[in-house]
Formats: sequence, structure tokens, C-alpha cells
Amino acid sequence: MQDLGIRVLLEGNNMIRLLDGLWVTVRISLLAVVISIVMGILLGMVMTLKNPVTKALTRIYLEFIRIMPQLVLLFLIYFGAAKAFNIHISGELSAVIVFTLWGTAEMGDLVRGALISIPKHQYDSSAALGLTGIQIYRYIIIPQTLRRLIPLAINLVTRMIKTTSLIVLIGVVEVLKVGQQIIEASRYTAPSAALWIYGTVFFLYFIVCFPISKLSGKLEKRWQN
Amino acid sequence: MSKTDYLLEIKNLEKSFEGGTKVLKDFSFSVQTGEVVVILGPSGCGKSTLLRCINGLEPIQAGTILLDGQSITDGKTKWSQIRQKIGMVFQSYDLFPHMTVFENILLGPLKVQGRTREEAGIAGEKLLERVGLLEKKDAYPRQLSGGQKQRVAIVRALMMEPEIMLFDEVTAALDPEMVREVLDVILELARGGMTMLIVTHEMQFARAIADRILFLDEGQIVESAAPEDFFGHPETERAQRFLNIFQFEK
Amino acid sequence: MDWNFISEYVPMYIQAAWTTLSLAFWGILLSLFIGLFCSLTLYFKVPVLKRVTAAYVELSRNTPLLVQLFFLYFGLPKIGIVISSQSCAIIGLAFLGGSYMSEALRSGLESVEKGQVEAALSVGLNQGQIVRYVILPQAVSVSVPPLCANIIFLIKETSVFSVVALADLMYVAKDLIGLYYKTDEALLLLVLSYLAILLPISIAASVLERRVRYAGFGN
Repeated sequence: MQDLGIRVLLEGNNMIRLLDGLWVTVRISLLAVVISIVMGILLGMVMTLKNPVTKALTRIYLEFIRIMPQLVLLFLIYFGAAKAFNIHISGELSAVIVFTLWGTAEMGDLVRGALISIPKHQYDSSAALGLTGIQIYRYIIIPQTLRRLIPLAINLVTRMIKTTSLIVLIGVVEVLKVGQQIIEASRYTAPSAALWIYGTVFFLYFIVCFPISKLSGKLEKRWQN
Repeated sequence: MSKTDYLLEIKNLEKSFEGGTKVLKDFSFSVQTGEVVVILGPSGCGKSTLLRCINGLEPIQAGTILLDGQSITDGKTKWSQIRQKIGMVFQSYDLFPHMTVFENILLGPLKVQGRTREEAGIAGEKLLERVGLLEKKDAYPRQLSGGQKQRVAIVRALMMEPEIMLFDEVTAALDPEMVREVLDVILELARGGMTMLIVTHEMQFARAIADRILFLDEGQIVESAAPEDFFGHPETERAQRFLNIFQFEK
Repeated sequence: MDWNFISEYVPMYIQAAWTTLSLAFWGILLSLFIGLFCSLTLYFKVPVLKRVTAAYVELSRNTPLLVQLFFLYFGLPKIGIVISSQSCAIIGLAFLGGSYMSEALRSGLESVEKGQVEAALSVGLNQGQIVRYVILPQAVSVSVPPLCANIIFLIKETSVFSVVALADLMYVAKDLIGLYYKTDEALLLLVLSYLAILLPISIAASVLERRVRYAGFGN
């Protein structure tokens, strides 16, 4: 029975189909991450402003996005926005919108954290050397900020990929959905397929996420001081 | 004379770190009861390591350490037993930050020695009084100055009623105006006849408190002399060079 | 908005929220135990065990809960291991949460300075006493913020429980959207339910964090 199950993986183009499904997830994550990084840097800089209005608005945005499960956000866009504006938003587009909203919030907070973590005496001592305002940012502040930021931003990528697994629940055909289809199709020929397919999906996620989190951890350690 | 002529005896001690660097080489010396020995030497000479070996915080590769004529390095006695007889005070005070001063000094007596809270409490109050910190009894370490923390650390070690006290550069992390209050406590202990091994960079203090100066360099004893001899006319060139660091001329 | 519809279905949401919360409670409790065990084996570098633990932490942190649940609920029965929906949810959450709790506690353990251990040794405390009286109290207070963040994170993660056939909040919302097309009402109730669960916990967590920081030990 079980050898039948494992054969399902190798039959026809099943493995390729699974990988294609995985790519859907990864593609959505990467797209959302890239947009999030750009928007997040802007948001983070806005968040360090002392203006009470921007402070309150960004705070509300951040808190709401953070407190809601991402699946709820997906439902809000996929079902809610579609009805409210009477348009059909595809599952994939909903996912990109939601993960960008979420990623921007997370990234914005990381950028804000990195910016305010630079001690004031760094500004003071570079000013004491006679550096101009732009030079201070160019040579002192930005390099230090990036070192704090990059590992965390890379870590955000793995969180994004893992979270993107949720899109199967709004009908996007990704790796889990493809897996389900394969299991359905081989229901009679390989009854134990579910074990092997879901086990494989589990490890596929691991294979994608593990190197990225390792990289993030390495960089963080290297740049700690 | 019985073996217990010396309180602490170190015989042919060898100590190297994991990388293979030798810190102490064939190191031998002894301390009599009531004697105050100050250990001087350039940084990296092995003086702190020596204290840490005596307290079992560093494994040794060869040699014996005897306390009261009993080997403490043969693995027969538990270190937690031995350490009750050896008080140690560190440069960084290392008070337990989540406990008040009183809890800090009572932890050992209550949990290790199984003494009663009443009895140990009275002893603790007496000692705190002696170092002038009785009113800080219920304060947390973060509410104390560096000098006060270090005095509490000394009391914490004394609470175990040790036979010998080890001081590892206890004033090195202190602001200059706080050094005195800590050194005064140690001077008072010396007057009370406490046996002590002191690693310090305070030369005036070393001269005043020591019965004997031990000058170490590269893991070996270079000179062992009475303080007036060592500071007055050091015999070796290495010791002279070391003492010159503390002289200023314009 | 159809307010009658809303008031009619509030009890259903409360029921669903209760399902979510009770499963989350057990899952989080279990994950705390797993986390404590793992963090101690990693901190004390227990031979062999530390490798198993490290592998578990990596597996758990680098895979989504949704996929873990699919494997538990749909995969394992194929080799005769049938686990109920409730148990799947709790096991899945604990498997995921254990590694997060472990990391949170480990960061606390590692924040306790070496000097603390040496000072404790030098008054004669033994290993067990040092862990109990010196290391753990300090580690836990450093770990409070990440532990709180993990609890909130895990409660949010419960939103996928519907895939193992549990009638949780997402399940109810999707049902109402599908059956009656009451999208606005269903989503409003969904958002309010999660706010009702998570907002108090999040506020409590930040109060607790401030307390811990106030009692901060900084020398």
C-alpha cells in the first residue's frame, strides 16, 4: 500500500505539478515582499516623524494589520472588497494586496526600529567630525541601519512564504491544492497518497524556508556588533 | 608541626585554556592562616585564573590544591562543599538582580547550609551593619551604587563563614570615589585576622594591606616578598618595569 | 447591514470563538512545556538531545501550520494513525508553538550573564539550585515580551483550524457568506470576534511587558 503511495509522487508529471504549485506561493510572496520593502521603508520613515497625526494614523494601521489573523485579512479583501466595490478580485490579486499591506506594516515597524536604534551619540560624533547632514546619513546612519534591517527583512521573506500557504483557503491553486487534486485523481490507485503528498508539501516548504532563515540568522550574528 | 600549618597549599599547578595557551606553569605556593597575600602582575599573567582555579571555576590540568591539608582537586569532595569555605568576590559584583540585598546574602546560608532564617538573618544584619549598609537591606541591586554593590557582594561571601577570601580585582570597575569604601571593608577584614588572597591594581592599598606580595608574570611567580621590600627595592627587572608603570614624571 | 441577521448569529460566533479559544489554550500550554524542555536542552547543550531539539525547532519554524495540519489530519490516517480534529488542532499548534516558545525562553536564558552562575557557584549552590533560584527567575522576566508575542501569534494562527473540520470563526464566517451571501455582516462579526479575543490579550501583554521592564534589573 505504502509503496503505491510513494509512486504517486513519481508518476507522470506529478512532482512538476507540485513544484509549479509551490512556485505560485513563492511568486506571490516575493512580489509582496518586494513591494513591502519599498513601501515599508517609506512607512518606517514616516513613523519616525514627530507629527501627531501621522503618528496616530500609522499606529492604527500597524495595530489593526498586526492584530488580525492574515486569513481574516484575506477574507476581508477577497469576499469583502469584492462585494463592496462590486468587482471580482482574483484570489492571487487578493493575496498580493493582503500580503503587501501586512508586509508593509511589518517592514515599516522594522525600519522604524532600526532607525531609532541608532544611538544619538553616533549622530553627535559624526557631526563633531565635521560631516554634513547628508554625509552623516550616507556614511554613518544608513550603513548601520541596513545591518540591523537586512537580516530581519530576509526573515520576513520566510514568514511571508509560510503565511502565503493560506491562499489555498481563498481558492488559489497552489501547492496544497495541486496536492489535493493529485490525491483525488489517484484515490483508487493509491489510497495512501495523502500521506506522501502532504509529507512532500511539508518538506518542500521546509526546503524553501530553511536556507532563507539560516541566511537571516547568519547575517544577524555577523552584523550584531 | 601538623599539615595544617598552611591553610592553603598549591603544588605544581598546571593550567591551560582550551586553545592550548598555558596560563599557569608548575605553580606552587602556600598561604598561612591569617595571612594576607596580594597578587600583582601585568594583565594576562594568570593572577585572576589562579583565584578561579582555587574556587573550582576553572578546570586544572595537573597539580594539587590543598585546603586545611585536604586536597580539594582530587574530585572526592563536592565543589559546593569546598566553596562554602572559600569566599570569592568578583570585579563585576554579580549580585542577583532579582533579589533584594537581604535575599542576596541569605541565599547561600539558607539553601546551601540549611541555616534558619532567624539565625542567618541576625548574622546578615550584623555584617550589613559592619559595612554600613543595614538601611539598604531591602533595596534591589539596581538601586545601589557600584561601591555599595561590591560591599554587599563581600557580605554575601562572608555569610558562608569562609576560612579564606579571594578578591578578584574588586575595585577595577568602580568609580574612583567609591574605591575607598570597598578597600576599607577589606582592610577591616585583615585587621580581624581573615586569610585573604587579593588580586588588585591599587598599589597603595596593596602596600598597606599585604603581609606578602606575590608578583606573577607569564604564569610563574617572579617575586615573593614583604611589601616594603617589593615596593622599595624589587629584585627583578620585570618587577621594576611593572612598578614603573605606576610612576608618573613630567 | 442587516442588524437582525447579525444579532441572530452572534451566539454562533461566540460558540465558535469558544472553540478556538479552548483549543488555543491547550495548544499554547503544551507549547510552553515543549518550549521549556527544548530551551533547557539547548542551553545546557545536552548531548544528542540538543541535536534532536535543534532539528525539531528548524522543522517547526520553517513550515506553515496549515501544511502541518494537512499532514496530521489527512496524511497520518493513511498509516493507521487517526487523530480527532480537536487533537490535531492542539498537536499542530503545540508543534508550531513549541519552537517559538523555545527560542523565546532561550534568549532569556542566554541573557543571564556568566558571572551570575559563577557568583552562585561560589556561594556553594549546586546546578539545580542555580537553575531554580538564579537562572530561571531572570530568564523568564527577560522572556516575557517574546512569550506574550508568541501567545498572540499562536492565537492568530488558530484561524486555520477550519481545515481540520472544526467549526471555528473562519468556518462560521465562510458558511454565512456561502449560504446567505451576507458577506458584510459575516465579515464584520468575524473582525469583531477576533478583536474581542485579541485586543484584551494584547493590552494585557503590553501592560505586563511594561511592568517587567519597570522591574528591569539593569545594573
